[in-house]
Amino acid sequence: MMHEENFAYFDEGAKKEIRRATLKAVAIPGYQVPFASREVPIGRGWGTGGLQLTLSLIGKGDVLKVIDQGADESVNAVSIKKFVQKTTNVSCTEETSEATLIQSRHRIPETPLTKEQIIVLQVPKPEPLRDIEKSERKTKALHAEEEYSGAWLKLFEQIMMHGSMTTDADHPVLVNGRYVMAPSPIPRFDNEKMNQSEALILLGAGREKKIYAVPPYTEVESLAFDDYTFRVEDFSGKSCHLCGSTNTFLDELIEEETKKPYYQCNDTSYCISLLNEQEQIDTIAEKKKVLKHV
Amino acid sequence: MFEEPLLQVRNLSKIYGPTCPKCRTSEKEALIKNYCASCRTVHACRDISFDLFEGEILGIVGESGSGKSTLMQCLYFDQEATTGEMILHHPEGRDENLLLASARKKRFIRNHKFGMVYQNPMYGLKMDYSAISNVAEKMIAAGNRNVKEMEAKGNELLQKVNIPSFRAKDAPKQFSGGMQQRVQIAKALSNHPPILFLDEITTGLDLSVQANVLDLMKDIQVEFGVSMIVVSHDLAVIRMLADRTLVMLDGKVIEEGLTDQILEDPQHAYTQQLVYSLI
Repeated sequence: MMHEENFAYFDEGAKKEIRRATLKAVAIPGYQVPFASREVPIGRGWGTGGLQLTLSLIGKGDVLKVIDQGADESVNAVSIKKFVQKTTNVSCTEETSEATLIQSRHRIPETPLTKEQIIVLQVPKPEPLRDIEKSERKTKALHAEEEYSGAWLKLFEQIMMHGSMTTDADHPVLVNGRYVMAPSPIPRFDNEKMNQSEALILLGAGREKKIYAVPPYTEVESLAFDDYTFRVEDFSGKSCHLCGSTNTFLDELIEEETKKPYYQCNDTSYCISLLNEQEQIDTIAEKKKVLKHV
Repeated sequence: MFEEPLLQVRNLSKIYGPTCPKCRTSEKEALIKNYCASCRTVHACRDISFDLFEGEILGIVGESGSGKSTLMQCLYFDQEATTGEMILHHPEGRDENLLLASARKKRFIRNHKFGMVYQNPMYGLKMDYSAISNVAEKMIAAGNRNVKEMEAKGNELLQKVNIPSFRAKDAPKQFSGGMQQRVQIAKALSNHPPILFLDEITTGLDLSVQANVLDLMKDIQVEFGVSMIVVSHDLAVIRMLADRTLVMLDGKVIEEGLTDQILEDPQHAYTQQLVYSLI
């Protein structure tokens, strides 16, 4: 007997449960809502939280984009994309502006997101207070009582030991003036994109069985002290060696022969679309030149 | 005219277990020490009442298992008291039974009004964080967000408790027991609490370090005028620090009065035994 595959892999009950958790998460910005976290055909810790959100949200008319640390072509992104496509038959894109649903690991795309879009972030460690307090029961109480000195203490210790806050990714944020939240391991550069974001931001942790959210137009503030303010990565004087961008998050690469560093946009699809635009302008200019000569 | 106490505790009880008709009566005669054999309930603290005045050091003595530490933990909200009343006469905590206050209110009182030094520094300190961060934790909890200010204050306090400044950035797990205890004291003092709880702070320290810590506590009392509740089973510590003393046995206060009076002229049989067994 042949079984007909369910749309988006999960049975409807499973999707409903995830959607319920998602709705609660949206209603309480930054609050971690527990959910059942089903089995999916990828290992826990490889984006199962994000995948489950994607599968529960996706409809036939959606256009999906999946990125892994800024790249559309990385193995993990491609496998997730293929899996969702196989079970839903929706179309996929690499162009940020064309997508209605974006699943991402460790980056928020450079192209500003719109209110028509939803971004799903994969989260390995949803609890910003876990390093300070091992017990889940106790961290829940700390959140309930708005007792966040642990999160600040971690930053204070960094300043004491290294002279500045040293979180490179996953710098904790205060959402809507109430809950301290782990923004998933996005660079500090992307923290600011969460503030007053037009798109709905959903975060899913499959292994830890938590869903949380930043609804559109919500205040998101990175934790910092009065005299040690929050600073994003500094790329001043550096630019992408391909597209020349100076306002994007850059990866540092080392030239094989000269051993000198050079820089490249981390968001590959943004870089490519910029290059395509430049090429168009170049060809138009070229054509104009040709016309002039005639 | 009588002075108003800073902290008033009335009929505080802490019970572990279901209780049964035999041990629920006020006489509690069926108990073996503080244990009810028929329902296996432990009556750790039984109807404890006392007042603490401003700038006063109140000693609590008693053998192990007499409920001293449980009482401290209930006062510092580490444990929930089963019944009882605690009133703090201080601008923000007026005339409210704090034992029934919301968890947030309790945390506020704990962070702003109380300081605690645990017998075991493991409970009071984050062993992996630097000493200065440990001291700052209490200030952060009380809402301070200025690094320079907290660092200066932390260094000043560590200096006061004789932790050399070149060790301020080491973690307490690299410290000796006495140093850990002194870091705890600095932490407890960091936001000038009106009340300090000291639970067996000299136990496990060698004699010279003990003397050091006791001197420090005396200095602190004189300098900051804080009230303290000092729990100890060591009568020498009580004699040196406490103005007044409660004697506890099997979860009850059996005798209370001026420390000298209790040590020179003990009334209760147990207190007499305790005082005379002092070598």
